[in-house]
Amino acid sequence: MDNRKMQQTPGQTIGPYFAYCLTPEGYGRKGITSNVLAGPATKGEHIRITGRLIAGDGSPLDDALVEVWQANAAGRYAHAADNRADVALDPAFNGFGRCQTDKDGRFTFDTVKPGRVPGQGNRLQAPHISVIIQSRGMLSHAFTRIYFGDETKANDEDPVLNSIEAARRPTVIARREDTPGGAVYHLDIHMQGDQETVFFDA
Amino acid sequence: MSDSNTYLPRDWGLQPPYLYEGYKSTVERSPRKPLVPLPQTLSELTGPVYGHDAVREIDSDLTKNGALNGQPLGQRIKVTGRVTDENGRPVPNALIEIWQANAAGRYVHKVDNHDAPLDPNFFGAGRFLTGPDGRYTFRSIRPGEYPWANHHKAFRPAHIHFSLFGPSFVTRLVTQMYFPGDPLLPLDPIFLSIPDVNARNRLISRYSVEATDADFALGYEYDIVLRGSKATPMEG
Ligand SMILES: [Fe+2]
Repeated sequence: MDNRKMQQTPGQTIGPYFAYCLTPEGYGRKGITSNVLAGPATKGEHIRITGRLIAGDGSPLDDALVEVWQANAAGRYAHAADNRADVALDPAFNGFGRCQTDKDGRFTFDTVKPGRVPGQGNRLQAPHISVIIQSRGMLSHAFTRIYFGDETKANDEDPVLNSIEAARRPTVIARREDTPGGAVYHLDIHMQGDQETVFFDA
Repeated sequence: MSDSNTYLPRDWGLQPPYLYEGYKSTVERSPRKPLVPLPQTLSELTGPVYGHDAVREIDSDLTKNGALNGQPLGQRIKVTGRVTDENGRPVPNALIEIWQANAAGRYVHKVDNHDAPLDPNFFGAGRFLTGPDGRYTFRSIRPGEYPWANHHKAFRPAHIHFSLFGPSFVTRLVTQMYFPGDPLLPLDPIFLSIPDVNARNRLISRYSVEATDADFALGYEYDIVLRGSKATPMEG
């Protein structure tokens, strides 16, 4: 059954100096993406997601890279492995974003709220965004997810959320705030401690 | 979701741990609770796709893509290699992004305050796609070693940072390429954090006469293996 013919290449830390390559807007260059995933033509509810990355000693991770990947508002991924023709692609949405945290450890994404996508056993998952965290001091990247606090019913029946012990579920559920500019979701990511965010072995 | 579409797990016998005391910044930044197993759903089996519109020819030539009024200083190098998966199959059209210090060991990055000169003709970042056979090639200059604050007299071995996606969100890989014969490698906690010595040594590129550009650049070969498919591919 094991069909490994070669061994996977080990990762190494992204280090502190990736920004001029991966998030290079501040260097007069254009990266492959940015922290703005949605444009005026993108369908769906336009939202902002923001939060801070916090180390075990309470200090901000001020040089981390946060990457997000999500389905469009209808719940379709812009990728060949999602071939559900009955759910529409949005030509104005690719679903991938990157943000370097600022001096306070803050990340911000302007995007649309994703639709529901099927999970194990074809059961619908609650709307969520997939997240990769990397920084100096992290030798391997960490996977987590962001769910939405106003999706109570969908969250209650989500198989992944239900696989997490109840006390830790809030670490991956963002709080909704309605502002004059639109919905803002807040979620801090704690690397360690009592509030340590759930990280996945994906 | 049928099993045939899922990926082999991260191999923690080969991948560096989150906490590695020799690398001091890991102490406060490493997750400590056990990772929660995540079934691979469409969210994990899909991922960002970037094609030819995301890369230009010059993006793979770091000897030219930051030039202001001349050529960058340092030894020119050509790096080439193949990206495959654990099943031994080539990974075509994979986006690779790279960044590195200049010949003096200085990054263009704004927070790099190492007292070594910037090179007005070197930016130090590039990106390119693998071909149908998984092969990639870029040209650059050999990066210099640079000091860091981890311990007294700490210098990083010469290295180039690599970022790849592969076919899905879970095949993401960020790593570093090293150079053969570097005396700093056995002293570097980032390199030593890889638990398996053979896996570690595969991050060291090979000098290659074949890859060398005559009268222009020294050649190095560096292959990368991404996570493969879990199910046995059908034969034939
Ligand atoms: Fe570096």
